[in-house]
Amino acid sequence: MFRRATTLLRQPLMGATSRRFSTDLPAAPVEDSTFVEAWKKVSPNVEAPKTPLAYMKPRPATPTSLPSKLTVNFVLPYASELSAKEVDMVIVPATTGQMGVLPGHVATIAELKPGVLSVHEGNDVTKYFISSGFAFIHANSVADIIAVEAVPVDRIDANLVQKGLQEFTQKLNSATTDLEKAEAQIGVDVHSALNSALTG
Amino acid sequence: MASAGGAAPFWRAAGMTYITYSNICANLVRNCLKEPFKAEAISREKVHFSLSKWVDGKPEKPTVRSEGADH
Repeated sequence: MFRRATTLLRQPLMGATSRRFSTDLPAAPVEDSTFVEAWKKVSPNVEAPKTPLAYMKPRPATPTSLPSKLTVNFVLPYASELSAKEVDMVIVPATTGQMGVLPGHVATIAELKPGVLSVHEGNDVTKYFISSGFAFIHANSVADIIAVEAVPVDRIDANLVQKGLQEFTQKLNSATTDLEKAEAQIGVDVHSALNSALTG
Repeated sequence: MASAGGAAPFWRAAGMTYITYSNICANLVRNCLKEPFKAEAISREKVHFSLSKWVDGKPEKPTVRSEGADH
């Protein structure tokens, strides 16, 4: 009764042969095709004007196969630390904890807390202490990390960090208004993070 | 990330904006640098501007501010 079942199953469903993987995301379109077609119907002899979409750089295509390297752009307000550098992994100090980013990471926006950013390339690890900022990871394995202040960990002075930590712990105990408490708490957080960066 | 509609970070709850928080963090980090870098960082962040309020279509006497991070 079901002798024909196997042959029916072997035939692809409608249009399945023409589709690629559904995980492939093509590049965003550069022109609005419905607008262009409507224009052509009304005035076929005049070229359709360009819409703002045509002047923007489209979102690049996201391939299904994972790229082997992560492209990192690490910028500060006054300088560009890393510009389109191909690395194996970066570990960013997100507010939710240290987050490791590998090529093919899901698109994420992460707010950063004061902490250490480490860039891993082969056997080299470069560490920067970031004061705060954001990390934008795009689907095509490009990571944009922006920070207000970032220093290599060896430029931090341990004595100043200890002094600061004591000073702010005292301020936290003697703080009265909400704002003072918040400022003192920020001081304690930043100095503890600096401390762990020096020792860790 | 914080849960939808969940507790705001402590600085937001105390009335501080993110920019203020971020600038305070940056200043604290700059103050903890070793010597040549600390002087460079502090001089890089100095600002100098003149501010005047306008009343009835006329500017009042301007105040000139020329400070670093500790305004």
